[in-house]
Amino acid sequence: MSLPLYALQQLINALSIGSLYALVAVGLAMVFGILRLINFAHGDLMMIAAYIAAFALIAQIPLPIALLMMVGGTILVGVVMERVAYRPIRTAPAVAALLTSFAVGQILQNSMLLLSRFAGQPVQIAFPTIDALRGVVAIGDLTIPRLNIVSLVVGLVLLFLLNLFVTRTTLGLSMRAAAEDLQAAQLMGINTNRVIVTAFVIGSTLASVAGLLYAVQAGTINPDMGFSPILKAFIAAVIGGFGSISGAVVGGYTLGLLEVLLTALPGLGDILPAATTAPGVITFFKTYLPSSLSSWRDAFVFVALILLLLVRPGGILGTIDRDSRR
Amino acid sequence: MLQIDNIDVYYGKIQALRGVSLNVNEGEVVALIGSNGAGKSTTLRTISGLQRPRQGSISYNGQRIDALPPHDIVRLGVVHCPEGRRIFGSLSLNENLRLGAASQSDRALTERTRREVYDMFPRLEERQSQLASTLSGGEQQMLAIGRALMSQPKLLLLDEPSLGLAPLLVESVFAIIRRIKEQGVTMLLVEQNAWQALEIADRGYVMETGNIILADKADALLTNPQVEQAYLGGGV
Repeated sequence: MSLPLYALQQLINALSIGSLYALVAVGLAMVFGILRLINFAHGDLMMIAAYIAAFALIAQIPLPIALLMMVGGTILVGVVMERVAYRPIRTAPAVAALLTSFAVGQILQNSMLLLSRFAGQPVQIAFPTIDALRGVVAIGDLTIPRLNIVSLVVGLVLLFLLNLFVTRTTLGLSMRAAAEDLQAAQLMGINTNRVIVTAFVIGSTLASVAGLLYAVQAGTINPDMGFSPILKAFIAAVIGGFGSISGAVVGGYTLGLLEVLLTALPGLGDILPAATTAPGVITFFKTYLPSSLSSWRDAFVFVALILLLLVRPGGILGTIDRDSRR
Repeated sequence: MLQIDNIDVYYGKIQALRGVSLNVNEGEVVALIGSNGAGKSTTLRTISGLQRPRQGSISYNGQRIDALPPHDIVRLGVVHCPEGRRIFGSLSLNENLRLGAASQSDRALTERTRREVYDMFPRLEERQSQLASTLSGGEQQMLAIGRALMSQPKLLLLDEPSLGLAPLLVESVFAIIRRIKEQGVTMLLVEQNAWQALEIADRGYVMETGNIILADKADALLTNPQVEQAYLGGGV
């Protein structure tokens, strides 16, 4: 494979992973922006979505209806979560809210565990195959998994719609205003409960789509599958500038690029000999970045995160102290 | 129009207002003066629903409003323009005004009000698509007042509109307040600039450590030796 082709393929990989991270990070950021709540149970919404889709597909329900059930069910869980767990402690210290989010996550995971057992399913189940997401697309010499293309396109479309919502509609503007100054927003006659519920509805919707794509990618699902993606989304949101929607998107794609770069560079050593005329480069990659290094990817990502935060404590788009007016 | 009856307000265990009673009649401008921490802002925050009284009641046109959420109070026409401007810096100037009208459903009226606001503050119109955070302090104050006007106030609660502004800008803020008064908007005005506030007001209340210690006609307060001593810079 030639170098430009390899680069292009990796770029598409990066953007498709980035889309996933961005979809999850945006939900996290919207809720944090308004409530200063880091909702770690947000990842469990992905898990709920994946299970609803899996059970629906196993029950032979047609795909479009299964997807509607998945999105609807996840929104329901997200809204109930806000109403039952977070609204009563809205004025409590941030630590209480953070602990509550862990508790909510545990409850969701254990409920799903019980439900699976009740339904006679094993803890870890294979995610049913969806034909539309299988196989690869070949464009010339370039072969790309269809799933990656779908993730990329779906992610971009949803983020585009979200952007229209927060820049054009009064409710969307209200949401940004509430994230900046909740009390001032109330004084404008903005119903903050409505804004907060909207944030949970949108966040749940995006998380459900991300959950589906993540489950298809992984092939199997289990009740604690939400942990790894929520951690990544959290990092993405921090990279971009925590609490801002655009920051979450930028952070999501940055993290995707970073991860793929760190996996792709070591792989380059294996690719280059056929194509390149610069032996020095090959030696460099073979010596310093052997493919075996790719298992250290997450460690490198965290190092990169630490370096970034040392230079820009508020993230790429962030301001350092967003709380001074509270 | 507004009747506050004997309210006690606490921040946690600290009592901020002690049995505060005051009333504002339709068409009046009432000044609330006093030193820092006297409870002036807390009084406004309690009227607009950001703070709840533990005791006492607040009525607006005969209706109890002390248990209503802030957004419902705005809908009744009680609009609070908070201290420190509190504009949305990450939104454009136009978007700030649009949110000022978030409680309004009459689009034609909103459009007319936007026109009036821009007529009142031509500088804002020139900068309407700029981010609000790029405005100067004076312009931000104009925007905050304009945004409050977008909510169609019948009773406007203005908290320290001249705070931190250069003398020339203070003058123009008070000119604007006069103009709003001429349009028939009732106002409760909190000011550290007691002299100017009482000049413009019909009546005034003087607060000290959470109590109202004096209530009188504005011109009477202006010549009251006690007020002169404490708030008007003594004997000037």
